[in-house]
Amino acid sequence: MKAICIKNLKHNFNEKTVLDNINFDVDTGEIFGLLGPSGAGKTTLIHILTGQLKATCGDSFILGISSTNMTGENYRQIGVMMDNFGLYERMSCYDNLKFYQMIDSNKNNKQQALKNKHMFDKNIESILNDVGLLDAKKTLVMNLSKGMTNRLAFARAILRTPAILFLDEPTSGLDPTTVEAIHKMILTEKKRGTTIFLTTHNMYEAEKLCDNIALLNNGKIIEYGTPSDICRRYNHQKRIHIHLKNGEDISLEHNIECGEQIKSYFLEDAVETIHSTEPNLETVFMELTGRKFER
Amino acid sequence: MNNHIKAILWKQLKDTIKNKTILIQFIMFPLMTIVMENAINMEDMPAHFFVNLFGIMYVGMAPLTSIAAIISEEKEKNTLRVLQMCDVKAIEYLIGNAIYIILICMIGSLIIGLAGGYTGINLFWFMLLMFVGHICSFLLGATIGLASKNQMTATSINVPVMIVLSFLPMISMFNETIKKFSKILFSEQLYLLVNNLEQIKITLETGVIMTCNIVLIILIFLVIYKKNRISC
Repeated sequence: MKAICIKNLKHNFNEKTVLDNINFDVDTGEIFGLLGPSGAGKTTLIHILTGQLKATCGDSFILGISSTNMTGENYRQIGVMMDNFGLYERMSCYDNLKFYQMIDSNKNNKQQALKNKHMFDKNIESILNDVGLLDAKKTLVMNLSKGMTNRLAFARAILRTPAILFLDEPTSGLDPTTVEAIHKMILTEKKRGTTIFLTTHNMYEAEKLCDNIALLNNGKIIEYGTPSDICRRYNHQKRIHIHLKNGEDISLEHNIECGEQIKSYFLEDAVETIHSTEPNLETVFMELTGRKFER
Repeated sequence: MNNHIKAILWKQLKDTIKNKTILIQFIMFPLMTIVMENAINMEDMPAHFFVNLFGIMYVGMAPLTSIAAIISEEKEKNTLRVLQMCDVKAIEYLIGNAIYIILICMIGSLIIGLAGGYTGINLFWFMLLMFVGHICSFLLGATIGLASKNQMTATSINVPVMIVLSFLPMISMFNETIKKFSKILFSEQLYLLVNNLEQIKITLETGVIMTCNIVLIILIFLVIYKKNRISC
């Protein structure tokens, strides 16, 4: 079963079409990246997939259930981290997680509640430790930095160990150290078998994390595949650039004949660096849309 | 009690203790009653003047502004969306908040009543009338919170409603024309009733006006609720 399945999805805001004929699937356990500039429709698609918004037409399914028919039990299987975090500013990091854990708890009898209390404490502290916020567990959310707030939002999203995690630009506006920390957390979730649906306008992030990506522009999917496949598909130059140890730069055509030449450079131990000419995702996007990847 | 309601109650206790805007609503009138009852004592002043006045102002302001502020803040910061995705039903959310707000307002009302010297059956009637008023005010506030996109909008709707509910009963003492209009408000009817607790008598007119007020407030709440949905 596909974790996420989208068929002929279209959405309009008044007269404006923001999503147009969207079709793709996301396999269980993969990290899927939806890339596009601001205003491309990424967040709208997450709203539709998580049942917060009803699409104008078309279907979307989460773990086989239509997004429009999701019940509480289905919602238990998804975690969502969006830029509007769902955190209570006047409560501490610990209390925020405790509140959501209380909401998720189903048990009513006292014995179970007591057992749960110990489990609550252990689980919350373990998650806070994972996201590097254990020392700040008593700090009010309003006093956290943006990076710490993002990490807490991530902790809230994974608190219920979801099967699918929706992350809407989780590293937007963060410093490189925090970005790296969040990337690590995302990869840890993937290892646990969580399917991750990630929206970003950070090409480096997509290339590093995602198994598959879709490029979204003006509400349309303009390219789909693995990051390396997409880049290879748009390698029009098909050349090999070699920088030799003597400082000379050589550019060869990517074909059988140049193979011998490259081999000889290697046998002579003359090669300093060697690169193929695949474009990066940003260049592909520019080629497809004629515009830069505006943030 | 349902776990979601318990959690909402717990959250409000943790959150409101640090929310000065709401906290001040809860303690301002009980405090003012204690101060005024002890500080001012004029010969021709009606009995329990400040208690009844501040009691009705408390009804018109505290539940209304606090629930409107809570809901509009949750809408503005999208925490309501998250709660919806945690399967918290709108009714659970409202009940959790109602228990919390009305309980605190009843404690405030008890302080007001005791500060004014009400005891026994008079205190019982005073508290009962306050309870009815708090529920009406809570539902009106919830309606305003639902209809508002953010806290600023909620405040701009809140203020005129609050002024009408809280101040008209006071102003109507001095002006017959205003009295004719304010008679149709639940807060004015409550004011008339608390002013006569010794010989309390619920007339047909009072009964009809109170029932119409409650039905109308519930109808407005349901219409706005259907239109806006608490979780959107």
